[in-house]
This record gives sequence, C-alpha cells and structure tokens, in this order.
Amino acid sequence: MSTPDAPNLAPESNADRIVAVPVRHYGRWLGGAAVLLLLLDLGFAVARNKNFKFGLVPHYLFDPVILTGLKTTLELTVIAMAVAIGLGVIAAVFRLSPNPVLKATSGTYIWFFRGTPVLVQLIFWFNLGIIFPRIRLGIPFTDLTLWSAPTNDAIRPLTAAILGLGLNEGAYVAEIVRAGIISVGKGQTDAAAALGMRRSAVMRRVVLPQAVPVVIPPMGNEFIGMLKYSALASVIAVEELLGSVERIYSTNLRTLELLVVASIWYLACTTALTIGQHYLERYVGRSRATPQATAGWRIWTLRRAAH
Amino acid sequence: MTTATGRTPVVRAHRVRKNFGRLEVLRGVDLDVFPGEVVVIIGRSGSGKSTFLRCINHLEKIDGGLLYVNGQLIGYREKADRIYELREREVAEKRAEIGMVFQQFNLFSHMTVMRNLTEAPMRVRRLPKAQAVERAYRLLDRVGLRDKAAAYPAQLSGGQQQRVAIARALAMEPSLMLFDEPTSALDPELVGDVLEVMKGLAADGMTMVVVTHEVGFAREVGDRVIVMDEGVIIEEGVPEQVLSAPKNPTTREFLARVLTPTGSVGATSDVLPEYTVKGDPGT
Repeated sequence: MSTPDAPNLAPESNADRIVAVPVRHYGRWLGGAAVLLLLLDLGFAVARNKNFKFGLVPHYLFDPVILTGLKTTLELTVIAMAVAIGLGVIAAVFRLSPNPVLKATSGTYIWFFRGTPVLVQLIFWFNLGIIFPRIRLGIPFTDLTLWSAPTNDAIRPLTAAILGLGLNEGAYVAEIVRAGIISVGKGQTDAAAALGMRRSAVMRRVVLPQAVPVVIPPMGNEFIGMLKYSALASVIAVEELLGSVERIYSTNLRTLELLVVASIWYLACTTALTIGQHYLERYVGRSRATPQATAGWRIWTLRRAAH
Repeated sequence: MTTATGRTPVVRAHRVRKNFGRLEVLRGVDLDVFPGEVVVIIGRSGSGKSTFLRCINHLEKIDGGLLYVNGQLIGYREKADRIYELREREVAEKRAEIGMVFQQFNLFSHMTVMRNLTEAPMRVRRLPKAQAVERAYRLLDRVGLRDKAAAYPAQLSGGQQQRVAIARALAMEPSLMLFDEPTSALDPELVGDVLEVMKGLAADGMTMVVVTHEVGFAREVGDRVIVMDEGVIIEEGVPEQVLSAPKNPTTREFLARVLTPTGSVGATSDVLPEYTVKGDPGT
C-alpha cells in the first residue's frame, strides 16, 4: 500500500492523529526510583526518631505565646515594609533628580544601608541611647524644641527593629523603584511634557503608575524576604515569632519541635503572600495585557463603554 | 515680529542650531510657519527634521539661534536686551499650547482612552471633569473612536492608537500641531485612517508642521514642503514644484528612493491612496 517514501502513518480514519509507540525513558524511571528511595529513608529517619515529639507540634501551633509572636512578626513586616517603600520611592526619585545634592544623598544612603549587614544595623539602632541619650524634634541649629524624650523610651526594641529593617530594606526598594522608573520609556515622559505637564506631575501621574507593574514582582520577593528577616529582631529582644518560640524552648528544651512550629507559620505566611502577589500582579497588569490574555476584561470594558 | 505680508508667524525659526555632544544636528535652520499653514518636512533619516520639530516645543533645547512660537521666544524670555531661561512651569505652560503627535503614539498605557484625553485638560488646564469628558467624546467622534473610550491603548491597533494620540493633543486646544512621522510605525493599511484625520484638521485651518515620508500626503495637504539634509533646509517650495521638479540633486535622490515601491522607507506611491475612515460618523 505505502510507497517506501511515504511515512507509515495511522489508518485513513485517524489521519490527523498520530498514533505512535512512545519512547521508554528507562533512565528517568531509574533516577526517579533512586530519589524516591532516598526521600523515604529520610522520612523514616525523622518519623522513627524517638527524640522528636511530633505530638508537640500541633500542641504548640496555636499556643497564645506563639500567636502573639506571629502577630508581632506580621506587624513588624508590614510596618518596616511601609517605611522601606516610602523611603525607597523618595530615594529613587532623588537619585534620578537633576539636583546633585539630592542625588548624592540618595546614593550614599543606598551605598551605606546596602553595604552593612542588617543585623549590625539592628543592634546599632537598639543601642542608640548610648550616644544620643535624648531624642529631640525641633528646628536644626536652634534651641526650638517641638518634642523630646529619652532615647531608650522613644526607641524601644520594636521601634529599633522597625528602623533597622525599614532603613535597610529602603535601600533595596530604592533600587527596585529606580529600575521601574527607568523601564518607563522616554516616549511617555515626552508625551506628558508635550501636553504641558510639569515634571512632578509627569512623575506622579505617568511614570510611577507605570513603574508599579514592573516593580510588583521584585517587591513581592522583598516582602517575603522581610517576613523572614524580621526573625533577626529576636536578637534585640523583640518577641516576634522566633522570639516567642525561643522563649518556650528555653524552658522546655524542645528546640526542634518549636522551630518546626515556627517554620510552619513562616511557610503559611509566605504562601499567603505569594498568592496575594499573584492576584496583585494580575490586577495591576490589566492595562498592559494583550487583548487575548484579558478577553474577559475587554468584554467588560466594551460593555462599560456601551453604557 | 510681523513680516512683509503682515501676518505674525506661528513658528519663526532663525538660524536654529542644535548639537548632541560634538554632533551638529541642526546647523542654522530658518523657517516661518504662518497661521493655518501646513508645512511638511521631508528628508533622509538623520537629517535633523525630527530634532527640529522637538525644538519647537522645547523637548530639545536649542544651542543657537532664535525660535519663536506665537511671537514668544521658546524656552527663554527676553527682557531689556538679555535672555533669561524660563522656569519649568513657564516652559510647561507654553508647551500646553503646542500639540505633538509622536511616531510611537506614546499613549499613557496605564490609562483608558478617556483618561488619556482628559488627564492634561483637567490637570494642566483645570477643566472641570464634565467638560473634559464632553470634549473628549467630541474629539473621539472626530477621529471615529467614540466606542473605544473605555479601552486601554494595548487593546487598540496602531492606527487607532495614533488617532487617539491626535485627539489627546487636540484636547488641549493647541494653536499649533507638530507631527513627528505619525504614520511611520503603522501597518500600511492603517496609514490611511490617520492621514484622513490629519487632512480633516488641515481643512479646519489648523497650523501644522508635519515630518513625514508620506509624499502623497505632502502633495495633497501640504501648503509648503521643506527638504532637510544634514541639519539645514536644502529646498523649500510648494509641493508640486519640490516633489515633481526638485532643483537640488539630494532632494531628487531622496525622492527617487521614497517613491520607488522597493524603497527602504516603506514608500508609498506618489498617488495618494484612497482613504476610508472606518466608523467616522461623518461618512
């Protein structure tokens, strides 16, 4: 029937579907089996370990001390990140400003806070009271004081943690925002300028909103990173998630069980953040998406236009 | 400021020079554009025509010469024989009176078509929202895109985006419109719609300076054709004369290349193609 040249395809009725015997990947099966065996062995090693009390994990998961620590971790993350985003946006705009003083200030800030370990910065803020016993808010170089307080009262461990984490993170956020600003094409600023918009308005109304979708994915990373870095605050006596866990295992010595408890909460939070980031990206990306990708959105906007 | 004919030019360029570093892009450009006139600038890429256009609304700062729009120095203020640089706010105010259309449309991609058209009138001109929206709809009608008010630029074709961009510039009610190769980034079948809108504008008496490769448009709509090469104007005159009987050999060479179908600039024929405006309420 078939000539030597013609490929030997399936019968006529099936002509549009190729029915072929798949290649057997023996190597893949072997590799998979080996890895599965190793994982099983590891699992048994943990599960059969008499020194590890699994029962303690669910017992401590909702312990009030740990839940309070979790709340502190979340607060610390959100507030430090808010500080970082505020500082970062300002630093990024300064860095791209034509004013050499603003540019240099921002450059130095980024250089310093990105170049020193965040742990060092945390301990620094915690001990600030040693060199500045009082904090004063007033007019520089005058005796006018609006507000003042002893440093150790004003900068409690949590404040020190917020300052340390926020200032450090701000330097990273600044670079992310700067990248976002640069990613907005010159055509956009040209068009806005040609319409008579002033530079500040161009930045606020045209450039920054378009930088947002670019900035969201790396910013999500930073947020997740901050959630984990916040554990460093336990070093300066902030009882966040790790600190609360430490408090418990320092008395009952169930160190690993409690670290598992903490890890479960950290994983739960980072998972929630990842999901949140996904939806946020979808939301801010709607105007740049292709028509095919947002068919539903398009129908909606067209329907809205019809009204 | 007035000339022999008694009219004040909308644009008056006198020995305008511009350098990018050591590269001299404009080497003394003289040009007057009168009210209601459509001036078409053609020339090879790199001849300085786009740069000259961008100097007119001070997107590029000139390095020499004088450039007036509506009788006022662009980017500077004259006072008692001295020239002062304008503040950013003053530059912005002057730019608001000059509409510009770009090769790459440059619509604000995060805004709907409606907000693209209302943003500057509301923020710069302080127009109340209701009025800005009404004006936007009127302009969208004019470019045949009323039904796209709620769409985002990415959902429009290039030709539709460029018509929105023209409407956006018109929303500021400019006294002068600058077009920087408005059809060069478009698929050939979309060029006609954009040119049709521009023709309508010209017919309504808008003063226009158009940098383009569309020789057909220059012939039909242009009052005057300017040929630029290496930063100077090498030929100037009514379209019929410049395009059909150019005196300058460089012009002749350029036109030969633009007019051949195999030309490298996506050339059009010298016969104006038949335009159809889709969705134009006027037809």
